Amino acid sequence: MTPNPAVHASYAGDYRSPVRDSFSRWKAGAGPAVLPVRQPETNDVPKVALQGISLSYKTNDGTRLLALDNINLKVNPGEFLCIVGPSGCGKSTLLHLIAGLHPATSGKVLVDDKPVDGPGTDRILIFQELGLFPWLTVGENVEFGMKMKGMSRAERREKTEYYLRLVHLAQFKDSYTHQLSGGMRQRVALARALASEPDVLLMDEPFAALDAQTRDLLHDELERIWAETGRTIIFVTHNVREAVRLGDRVALFTFRPGRIKREFLIDLPRPRHLEDVTVAKSAREILDDLREEINKSLEAEYEQKEVRP
Amino acid sequence: MKRAAKHAIFYSVLIATWVVLAKLKIWPPYVFPAPQGVLDSLKAGFADHSFWIAISVSMRRMAIGYSLSVVLGMVLGLGVASNKFLEETMGGLLVSLQSLPSICWLPLAVLWFGLTEKAILFVVVMGSLLSVTIAMEAGRQQMPKIYGMAGRNLGARGFRLFWYVLLPASLPYIVSGLKQGWAFAWRSLISGEMIFVSLGLGQLLMMGRDLNDMSQVIAVMILIVAIGYIVDGLVFKTIERRLQHKWGLSPAT
Repeated sequence: MTPNPAVHASYAGDYRSPVRDSFSRWKAGAGPAVLPVRQPETNDVPKVALQGISLSYKTNDGTRLLALDNINLKVNPGEFLCIVGPSGCGKSTLLHLIAGLHPATSGKVLVDDKPVDGPGTDRILIFQELGLFPWLTVGENVEFGMKMKGMSRAERREKTEYYLRLVHLAQFKDSYTHQLSGGMRQRVALARALASEPDVLLMDEPFAALDAQTRDLLHDELERIWAETGRTIIFVTHNVREAVRLGDRVALFTFRPGRIKREFLIDLPRPRHLEDVTVAKSAREILDDLREEINKSLEAEYEQKEVRP
Repeated sequence: MKRAAKHAIFYSVLIATWVVLAKLKIWPPYVFPAPQGVLDSLKAGFADHSFWIAISVSMRRMAIGYSLSVVLGMVLGLGVASNKFLEETMGGLLVSLQSLPSICWLPLAVLWFGLTEKAILFVVVMGSLLSVTIAMEAGRQQMPKIYGMAGRNLGARGFRLFWYVLLPASLPYIVSGLKQGWAFAWRSLISGEMIFVSLGLGQLLMMGRDLNDMSQVIAVMILIVAIGYIVDGLVFKTIERRLQHKWGLSPAT
């Protein structure tokens, strides 16, 4: 296979989005931003830094299982980082650690150089199961984080409207979440997370359960919203193509214990598309590396089956 | 409409049987009154306000006693559900205590509080507290963990987390327990009120017995059933319907 110049095996530079607060820009009457112009900036403080993160836990039979092993990772402000790995590699757990919902066994999570010690609204996690509140309407779900922050009702209303419009759900404000389709629920979760105006958006396989068309659409929307809001995104997926289509950088995790095997810089022009040849080509290279890990995870599964028939 | 017709047929047959049995005069009227006598008692009771007073006194006790046991039960249930030690120890005690008929608490209540309002309230609270506690504990455990995590993730802490997330999230799981708690409280109240001059519906029942007025006894019994039915229909059915609408649960058939 010929080497693909768009994929670098190591991470080369720092990137920062010039776009910051989309809501105030919208209020000032400016139109939506174009896709961000990225300017490499060195010696910048990373938005999120993981320093020697390890996590182990006791399994039911009493042995300790190492789920994450010495993870070191830096994410730059405004960067879109994708994490791929076989299922069971601890990539979802890592997001929970960054969100502060779970303590690490050792190591530190730094956000803006400050250590994380619990949940904070500067980092909002979109769960795989979404965790939308079924007793609240779509609008109330989006408002929830702002209400917890003690924002005034009028301000909440205004922002809810803005974020619902951003995800094209303005007319569903008063619906309950069970009345929406899977893709629409995804967008509610995205609006709810964005409405808390986090610096860092953590997404845990958010599109895994969607049909291909809906997923394509949401990829476009997520890319657009990322460009408009300038958030830092850490996106976990097991789909390499999705990672290449969305990410500025892709970190590949090993199977149990989860380690960073390699990082790939995805230097392809945006907007991208899942069917782009360049995307497919880049994905192919990562996939070759990933396959090895998937085989390991399958082997582990077979072994387990032999032990417990 | 068909249902209404069935009901009409059933109740006409029931009342007709009652009329015929009373007309046969097998038993004296103070043992087996005619429907007309019961109806007269109902009318008289409402006319001289004694029924209205009894209803308002009893409902006031229910409101206080039931609210108390809901608040206490929720706190207790949450405490038990969120502490492994309490869950393993107190959880079993709560279930076994629930087999104790609430009227058993009355002698204790009378010794503690005397023949007072407090004694009746105590029995009402003891009647429904355990149902609410057990329901809350079970609800807290059945409730998907994701809601609590999502709430914390969005910045809810402490009391706000409980009030805005954990409580509404567990409501579908505890509403049947709340309903059961109400029914138990209602029973406990009526039994408690029979013990002394307490002005409630229970005392009206005993008064009917003291005066050998079987018509009044049956009239008050009908009243007790009717109030139970109305509260169930107005309060709990409404809550259940709202929950089904919001959560998209299929209506219970």
